[in-house]
Amino acid sequence: MSTAKLVIRNLSKDFRVGRDNVTAVDNVSFSIGENEFVSVVGPSGCGKSTLLTVAAGLVEPTGGSVLVDGEVIRGPGRDRGVVFQSYSLFPWLSVRKNIEFALRGEKLSASDRRSRAIEQLSVVGLEKFADAYPAQLSGGMRQRVAIARALSYRPSVLLMDEPFGALDALNRRAMQELLTRVWEDHRLTVMFITHDIDEAVFLSDRVLVMSARPGRIVEDVPIRLERPRRVEVQSTREYLELKEHLLAAVISSEPTLAVGGGA
Amino acid sequence: MTSTPQATARPLRTGGHVPQPRPTRGRRPRLYRELGSLAYALIAVGSLVVLICAWWLYARFGGINPLFLPTPAQVAQRFADYARGDLLADTAASFGRVTIGFLLSSAMAVPLGILVGTMRPAEAAVEPAMGFIRYMPAVAFVPLTIIWIGVGEEQKWLVIWIGTFFTQVLMVMDNVKRVRRELIDVGYTLGLSDLSVLLRIVVPAASPAIWDTLRITLGWAWTWLVLAEVVAADDGLGHRVTLAQRYLQTDTIFVALIVIGVIGLVMDLVMKVLGRRLFGWAERGNA
Repeated sequence: MSTAKLVIRNLSKDFRVGRDNVTAVDNVSFSIGENEFVSVVGPSGCGKSTLLTVAAGLVEPTGGSVLVDGEVIRGPGRDRGVVFQSYSLFPWLSVRKNIEFALRGEKLSASDRRSRAIEQLSVVGLEKFADAYPAQLSGGMRQRVAIARALSYRPSVLLMDEPFGALDALNRRAMQELLTRVWEDHRLTVMFITHDIDEAVFLSDRVLVMSARPGRIVEDVPIRLERPRRVEVQSTREYLELKEHLLAAVISSEPTLAVGGGA
Repeated sequence: MTSTPQATARPLRTGGHVPQPRPTRGRRPRLYRELGSLAYALIAVGSLVVLICAWWLYARFGGINPLFLPTPAQVAQRFADYARGDLLADTAASFGRVTIGFLLSSAMAVPLGILVGTMRPAEAAVEPAMGFIRYMPAVAFVPLTIIWIGVGEEQKWLVIWIGTFFTQVLMVMDNVKRVRRELIDVGYTLGLSDLSVLLRIVVPAASPAIWDTLRITLGWAWTWLVLAEVVAADDGLGHRVTLAQRYLQTDTIFVALIVIGVIGLVMDLVMKVLGRRLFGWAERGNA
């Protein structure tokens, strides 16, 4: 956690909604160290996904900058792999071809590309489904392919935008375990967006709490649970305390979430 | 349907053994209900038979002058004569025209539509004019086309082009706009250039919808062609209609209309089957 891999510096992003200017991200600054797993949690609409799309280079910030390895980014690039919430696989390509598609940027022969794709699929346990098409897979399996694809070209930062948000509770849990295992084996700098506090605590080295309107980072909580982490950690006292603390922080950042405080 | 092991072991509907009470509670919804393929085919054929019977009864016993409404038998007889005569030549002439006119239009409209659908400045430049011209009836352009380039083959192509191109551009633009944003974003995060995103993501992702646009507009091109031929031509199915009118051969008009309809139907079917072959993945749904 010594050198900063990803730096968000005084980042702001305004959107025009009709005639109004809405500030989705308001002067946010933080950095993520090399091989650190950092989650950003917050209520829906707090601008956490906007933060990620700006970091990915897909959206231009209104102010401030994003740095990777000390260099300011200007647009999307292969140094940052992105996993979206859903609908990100190419439905006309088989699972294997979806991954090979990502590898076309590398100087690899066709057979090397193929074996690299299969190798990546085995990391997420889907090598048997190499020739299936995305529509034939369950939502959880599709996200595993999306993760395998993002890892396949070895980006130095992985940006994940609520990657398990569309999954049912059982699949989400399985995916969290899988991601932890993969991350502990391969170590990678990760920025993970979620509204699920459990998920954030279980996966992360650090959790940032973001408030809505204006979107600001209001807390920065280190998670010092031991690794390798398994689901059993979720019943430890330490874990529960962290969760309680973060829950309170999120609720106090968003008045409508307080019981009796509206919706 | 089954949730417990017991339920799997014994099917829910055994039938016969236990007398079931007649269901009386509630009403069964009829809208959007599935129908077996056999029942569907029976109803479809039945309705055609009824239609032809009604036609025959009216023509035969309705006190109508056969000059205005021939019987199915007369039309069938005329079809047989026509089939031995100019049917093939007329069909070939019409088919050739529609093919060229449609290909010319599509070859121009598809690339332009893709460009307009992906680049906002191109949209701003093109969309207003297209939207406007689209509402000018192609029928009204026919006299103009004759003044411009006479009554040769080129004029038929031009009529088809005018009737098809503008709508095609707008439809392809819409097809391209509907490509999921996530797929485009994935392409850019993988480091692809604009051109690569366009060719390797936008085009394949939109191609089933574009194919459908082509299928629908081919039907229209076919009707524009017939229009052009009715107005001025030396051969073709539309020309046959005009010729028959001149000699009060109502039965020939019927034959020509039916042939035109059947060819349209066949073209549509061929496009559908080809589309399913080419873009089978789209049938399996979005992922």
